[in-house]
Amino acid sequence: MTSFDPGQLVQRAQVHRDIYLDPTVFALEMERLWARSWLFVGHDSQVPEVGDYITTVLGGQNVLMLRRTDGSIGVLHNRCAHKGAPLCSDAAGHAGRTLRCPYHGWSYRLDGTLLGVPMRESYEGSGFEQCQAPQGLSPYGAVATHRGFVFARASEVGPPFADAMGDVLGAIDLLADRSPEGRLRVAGGVLRTLVHANWKIYLENVNDAFHPVTTHASVTQSAQAVWGERPEGEPKPAAMQQLLPFGSGYEFFDRMGARLLPHGHSILGTQKSLHSAYDALGGYAQALAAAHGAERAQAVLGFAPQNVVAYPSIALKGVPQVMRVLRPLAADRTIVEAWAFEPVGAPRELLAAGLLYNRQVFSPLSMVAHDDLHLFEGIQRALAARGNPWVSLHRGADADAPAPREVSGIDEALLRHQYRAWAALMADEVAA
Amino acid sequence: MTPHDVTREMLVDFVVHEAQLLDEGRYSEWNALFNDDGWYWLPAAPHYDDPLHQASHLYDDKLLRTVRLARLQSPRAHSQQPPGRSHHLLQTPAVLVMAPQDNRFELRTPFIYTELRSGRTTQLPGVARHHLTLGAHGLRIRLKRVDLLHADTALPAIEFYL
Repeated sequence: MTSFDPGQLVQRAQVHRDIYLDPTVFALEMERLWARSWLFVGHDSQVPEVGDYITTVLGGQNVLMLRRTDGSIGVLHNRCAHKGAPLCSDAAGHAGRTLRCPYHGWSYRLDGTLLGVPMRESYEGSGFEQCQAPQGLSPYGAVATHRGFVFARASEVGPPFADAMGDVLGAIDLLADRSPEGRLRVAGGVLRTLVHANWKIYLENVNDAFHPVTTHASVTQSAQAVWGERPEGEPKPAAMQQLLPFGSGYEFFDRMGARLLPHGHSILGTQKSLHSAYDALGGYAQALAAAHGAERAQAVLGFAPQNVVAYPSIALKGVPQVMRVLRPLAADRTIVEAWAFEPVGAPRELLAAGLLYNRQVFSPLSMVAHDDLHLFEGIQRALAARGNPWVSLHRGADADAPAPREVSGIDEALLRHQYRAWAALMADEVAA
Repeated sequence: MTPHDVTREMLVDFVVHEAQLLDEGRYSEWNALFNDDGWYWLPAAPHYDDPLHQASHLYDDKLLRTVRLARLQSPRAHSQQPPGRSHHLLQTPAVLVMAPQDNRFELRTPFIYTELRSGRTTQLPGVARHHLTLGAHGLRIRLKRVDLLHADTALPAIEFYL
């Protein structure tokens, strides 16, 4: 294994441009950081029946997530043990009781073990039984599920799921308990944006509450001007309730508060967020209190973070019930997915609000994201310039202490925190 | 003029004119082509039929269209520095519904849309469906639905109405 010193590129309060630009660093990120992390795979509501599957990509690896015969969820490399053909090509589907390769007809049980090879007798004496193929489909790695959220880690080394995820699991609980039945369902379809920038530029921005004042001035000023012409007292439609708060000032973002969690995770907006002032739905709070008890219902409804980052693959909210998933493709290309959840047993307006938010803020045609994406893609090009090779993350760095700890919503500690995890996960050896 | 006076030629001319207004950046004239309760819809998959409970890339009423168009012309729209441009190449629109008795007209127009922004060219084929009605000031859009061939794939940022 080649030796790599992350400290050369990630210092206490600045990072080197090569972490965004260099294809060899990207390849090493896939091999180390993404393989060593518990990555979000999918949600079990996408595969309700035995034999249901989805195909997806985890840190550059094509995988199948499927419901096995015993009801559990498996994550397998989507590669036939024979010649490498993908077992399934659709984004989602139903395989029945077995997976069958469309190329030469090898078949597998839903746990990936080899079931049948046509004309198997002709393999006799070939050494076939001693090679890897008869072991069937390769598992991606360890799989863990929490409240329907399926995560997997390729690497055998590293902390167990519950330790690695820590308080992120509590945030998932608060999101799932938006349903009176405590269950979420992926619904409405996913929006995907191809961003011509490094995944870390995107993920930093998820934790960057300093940028809206300048970056999003075009949309917030336009929304304020257009809404300002309406007669006073006109009820504010949900679309405006979602857009107008983006015009908040530095003081608001400073006071939204944030919590840095171990392993690069974080909660931005522990005190308040752009989502705090949405209209309540009639009867919903009462239904939640009846289902979960008054205290828990209050905690659930009061949890309205800007973003919960489960490093490095997802960013969740509590309200609206949406999530972004990062799929890095190359050093300069990332797919960002925007998912919506329907809290089972809750008013359908909640799903509608999530889908409204996704199309207003995360769609490739979003008038909020346009300025973000323009800047990310510009950064990706501009960083290649000769001259200063460093990116500054110094704001508030004199007070850094280990996580968990509370910080201001606009402290660049939220970004340095991600790079501390980056350096730990990119080292030659990873802590158990 | 009554809906019975609407001709196929008027319908086709309307759709061609609508694309021209977009490509020439005549946004307030363009927005005025919609009914007050008219919608522009770009669903996230070709088979979607419920804009509230299925994902859309865009689903704009008059208020949101007005905000979006104001933003495009805002001096603080970073992504419009330099200003982008759009180009619609339309196939001759086909009139699918000609129902003057209900004041309802519908056209289907395959197109190739090209957008130039920040030095990058994005080209997207698709089909536009115009649901039109005759109002006091001429034909107006009740719904413009745009189905992109690539609707359910990862799309780059697209800045203008297609």
